[in-house]
Amino acid sequence: MSTQDNTDVYAATETQTTEGTVYTLTGGDWDTLIDEEHDDRIVINMGPQHPSTHGVLRLVLELEGETVQQARSVIGYLHTGIEKNCEYRTWTQAVTFVTRMDYLSPIFNETGYCLAVEKLLGVEAPRRAQIGRVMLMEINRIGSHLVCLATGGMELGALTGMTAGFREREEVLHLLEFLTGLRMNHAFVRPGGLAQDFPEGWYERVTDFIEVMRERLPQYDKLLTGQTIWRQRLENVGYLPLDGCIALGATGPILRSAGLPWDLRKVEPYCGYEEYDFEVPVATEADCYARYRLRLAEIHESLKIIEQAAAKLKETPGPVMVEDRKIAWPAQLSIGSDGMGNSLEHVRKIMGQSMESLIHHFKLVTEGFQVPPGQAYAAVESPRGELGFHVVSDGGTRPVRVHVREPSFVNLQTMPAMCEGGMVADVIAAVASIDPVMGGVDR
Amino acid sequence: MSSDTEGTSKESAEPTGGAHSSAEAGGADTAAHRAAGGEPPAAGELEQTAPTEGGTRPAAPPTRSRKGMFGVPDSGDTSGFGGLQLPGWTPPPAERPFGGWFDEFADDFAAALDERGVGRSAIQQITIDRGEITFYVRREKIVDICRTLRDDEYLRFEMCSSVSGVDYGVDVPQRLHVVYHLLSMTYRRRIRLEVALDVDDPHVPSIVEVYPTADWHERETWDMFGIVFDGHPALTRILMPDDWEGHPQRKDYPLGGIPVEYKGAEIPPPDERRAYS
Repeated sequence: MSTQDNTDVYAATETQTTEGTVYTLTGGDWDTLIDEEHDDRIVINMGPQHPSTHGVLRLVLELEGETVQQARSVIGYLHTGIEKNCEYRTWTQAVTFVTRMDYLSPIFNETGYCLAVEKLLGVEAPRRAQIGRVMLMEINRIGSHLVCLATGGMELGALTGMTAGFREREEVLHLLEFLTGLRMNHAFVRPGGLAQDFPEGWYERVTDFIEVMRERLPQYDKLLTGQTIWRQRLENVGYLPLDGCIALGATGPILRSAGLPWDLRKVEPYCGYEEYDFEVPVATEADCYARYRLRLAEIHESLKIIEQAAAKLKETPGPVMVEDRKIAWPAQLSIGSDGMGNSLEHVRKIMGQSMESLIHHFKLVTEGFQVPPGQAYAAVESPRGELGFHVVSDGGTRPVRVHVREPSFVNLQTMPAMCEGGMVADVIAAVASIDPVMGGVDR
Repeated sequence: MSSDTEGTSKESAEPTGGAHSSAEAGGADTAAHRAAGGEPPAAGELEQTAPTEGGTRPAAPPTRSRKGMFGVPDSGDTSGFGGLQLPGWTPPPAERPFGGWFDEFADDFAAALDERGVGRSAIQQITIDRGEITFYVRREKIVDICRTLRDDEYLRFEMCSSVSGVDYGVDVPQRLHVVYHLLSMTYRRRIRLEVALDVDDPHVPSIVEVYPTADWHERETWDMFGIVFDGHPALTRILMPDDWEGHPQRKDYPLGGIPVEYKGAEIPPPDERRAYS
């Protein structure tokens, strides 16, 4: 209660440096700073730790008032050297690395990589494995799109969208856990096929899941699609027309929202996608709202594919791994008292009966298989676009190079084109509609 | 794998077979090539596709010989800790007819290059392997080649899928390769362009002016391999910190890691473990 003075305790403190005056702002009034020598152009750093940047992404925004003049993204905060690590592991072990890149779509990472390795090996996975891959990929696509809706909703303040999205995604993860043994980072798809066949009761679980999703998906239309605030936040925001998409290399829902029905499942079918009856949703508005609608529509299409794949899988007997014992990883698995492992029968055989089987098992697991020299590129349509794997072999048991053309990485380049000239609040909507997964961007 | 001689491509491919398209005929002899001990192709064989007037050799010529592991006279190390060094391998040039759409495309491509004044000599070697076509091209022409591929109405490669690098190893001449994957959405074709570089002169013109998407790809390739893309608008590191030293994905850059003790035994870091290749 001392004498009253007029100093504003919340005003910016300033220090003189060689670069000029530096202001430390603690939430004071901007007007106190703007005078004839300062305009209202400020540069702010958003992230890398920010709840609305979709992960450890740093955005550098140059603002004039609330208008974004320039936007740049800074990445690399989640760089884990997965590509380099793959060069020091066998071809099969690399699956456990690539599955961790884009952690929302692990099955796509595994399948893309395995398709590239199989191309190098000159083998093709058996039909049952191909159908199983398709089914897993589409289940995974639903989960990935749901996270996009959920986190996108959260970033825009639609918190119920988040709780609903993560609730449904939990269904996806439960199903994937049942089918593959793990919720994420499955390492279930292997060069040559799948790690093992699906457990008993898989068909009922998959059909139950389809039923639950069919029942709950219309709730998203009620909750978000027609909602006025949601539409106002997304419509005519983050506009990127077709020529911009192609010049910047954007694929996936971004490209399809600009009017080009480019989906690798249709144009370059792999894993037998040409056998399935599904549509490629496409829009022409090229804005965030169109991308949201496309993702929702793709979930419905994925359900259709899962239904067909499950029916096919039921009728397709056979192995899930190539017959060639030089490639097929020993996977006679069963659940014992200490968890999942090689079945007692297999252990009895290699330990008690056949020395050759033991040698073969040991060599394949420790040394791996040799891949003929050369290079191959295989691409799959991940939830975010073209996920390409360029693998190079020198004929050895380990890759010389595994390069990943990550759709998140490429699509994130479109951020400045979508944001510059718009409002700062729309940056959030635009980044959410790109749906970059930083684990994939930085690898 | 049988050690058949050249020309048994189909037999010595992987026994389970697989979808070999007819277009692969030229490239499937990779397996035969390897089975034959990775003998380097004759010098003349390399240059039969396009004349190389004293320029760079397209694909790195194999000078590395097999050593380590089994059948070695000197050390006799079969433990795997010494590592096995595989013989160098050079992709063989394709021979006509290429099969599939490759013949027609290669003709159109060469004609378009001539028409635009780039010259078909910009292509040093064509390799067709596993149903994919690779053009080894001269680095000084890469921008013109990309512009031709993008703009010519019979080629139309609208999209640059990926630009990346490959390091083929310390003792390989022209060990650094820049690999471009281009996609034609009109004709639904993919091709690969490859530029081989000396490690002492790792410069290649930037294609950002043709394909803006190459911006981040080239930054990543610079970051990881130290390949300088001349003319790039802002060639800075992208994944590693700005003050990082070295380029992590070069083969002479160690993986790192520390030994881990488990139940009294010490497990070495991944790059020092026994390796069979």
